Amino acid sequence: MNRLRCLALAPAAALLTATVGLPFLILAAYAFLSRGTYGGVALPWTLENWRRLADPLYAGILARSFLAAALATLLCLVLAFPLALSIARASRWKHLLLALVMLPFWTSLLVRAYAWMFLLRDTGLVNTLLMRLDLISEPLPLLYNWGAVVLGLVYAHLPFMVLPLYAALERQDPALLEAAADLGARQWHAFWRVTLPLAAPGIRAGVLLVFIPCLGTYLIPDLLGGGKTILVGTLIQNQFTTARDWPFGSAVSLALMAAVLVLLWLEVRRRKEPLL
Amino acid sequence: MKRAAALASVALLAFLHAPLLVLAAFSFNEGRFAVWEGFSWRWYAEAARDQRLVEAAGNSLWIAAAATLISTAAGTLCAWALWKRQSRLLTLGFSLSLVTPEIVTGVSLLAFFQWLFRFGGLQLGMHTVVLAHAGFCLAFVVFVVLARLRTMDASLEEAAMDLGATEWQAFRRVTLPNLAPGVVSAALLAFAISFDDYVITSLVAGVDTETLPMALYAMARRGGSPVVNAISTAIVALLGAAILAAEGLRRKE
Repeated sequence: MNRLRCLALAPAAALLTATVGLPFLILAAYAFLSRGTYGGVALPWTLENWRRLADPLYAGILARSFLAAALATLLCLVLAFPLALSIARASRWKHLLLALVMLPFWTSLLVRAYAWMFLLRDTGLVNTLLMRLDLISEPLPLLYNWGAVVLGLVYAHLPFMVLPLYAALERQDPALLEAAADLGARQWHAFWRVTLPLAAPGIRAGVLLVFIPCLGTYLIPDLLGGGKTILVGTLIQNQFTTARDWPFGSAVSLALMAAVLVLLWLEVRRRKEPLL
Repeated sequence: MKRAAALASVALLAFLHAPLLVLAAFSFNEGRFAVWEGFSWRWYAEAARDQRLVEAAGNSLWIAAAATLISTAAGTLCAWALWKRQSRLLTLGFSLSLVTPEIVTGVSLLAFFQWLFRFGGLQLGMHTVVLAHAGFCLAFVVFVVLARLRTMDASLEEAAMDLGATEWQAFRRVTLPNLAPGVVSAALLAFAISFDDYVITSLVAGVDTETLPMALYAMARRGGSPVVNAISTAIVALLGAAILAAEGLRRKE
């Protein structure tokens, strides 16, 4: 590579080192240090932070994070499939429909979480409507529970599932379904034996694209769960702010990153081409 | 089965759009509660009179502008250098930056800045937010610009150099003008991502700097008010315009 191109790389390389490389090294070091008297970190080196991850309290939070992410991913898959299929088989307006799916995704996550607060809180639209219609006499507790968190996760990540499913379904040759029908397969049968298996790469990509951000989510459980639903993202935030236990927070962060990277590696290894 | 799928699709599209549409509609509501009482700009006027909100919006604009400038300049040059020659290390770094959960990026930057400041006596503030934002926008810029470069003909630059241009002149006079829509589209995307960020910003902003999403978050945590509906709608309109413009430029040609 000649000098000019090296020079062109320099600012980005420096920025990447300062905002990704070095911060990760610091986090990796902190995860093996002890907690300082006034917050911060201190010697000696220790494995105590990692041992604490196995504590039932924290192991429970990690397990709940996996479960919540898995449930949200499953719901996204079930909801997104008919939509992706309809768009892939639509005769017109494919691009418009895809743009409609992507549009909410591009608007602020914070605003989208707040929109659900506006709908679900005690004085929110849903409770107000139900009370005006005399269907209920006092507000239903719709917000600040697990249901609201999973709903928010599904709402925020649905586009990530629709796009890869669409990409996989769009490539399918419609003649395959006709062939299945000619050979006597009923509609459902053809769906199970032809459409679904051929969509497998799209399903895998979609599951990954939804599960990974759901696993590390912070904003949605924080706003829609109202502090009653501690997931791993909230745990990390707590360790670095109120609890001021940076070494333990670093260990949890690295554990989360390890989970994310293992999941990605499993998929990248399968497809033999870069995911990004 | 086709009709069932179509029906489910319409319901799902409604599920995706209704919350934001309802929120936007009620930001123009005369009354304070979730009952329609008539059209009014009242809550927008109230937001504009709130000194704290105006200052937070100003901070957000400055931070997003600075982060966009830095990440777009560095990212465009980097994409150009990576166009003809891959770098596994940099690609790995950008991929890592894209898949890292925001909360992990935030705490790692916080730990890094605090460690660094032990030697310099510096404080968290606007500058740390700008650096953090420029960092996480960089990967988006590189990927958008690189995608645009890959649609372009590399031999144009070589032709310019055969005719006596230096490599820099060839970049400046031949590649960059062709690349411009991609660069502007990347910049708009970076602006939107930076302007909207709450999680990372709240961790590296220190105590004296507040951005619009931080103010919005604090108000939402307290239960929200029609003013929050108004700010939310304004943010969505601003980001939506930026993203649509970016998408329009990307699709051109």
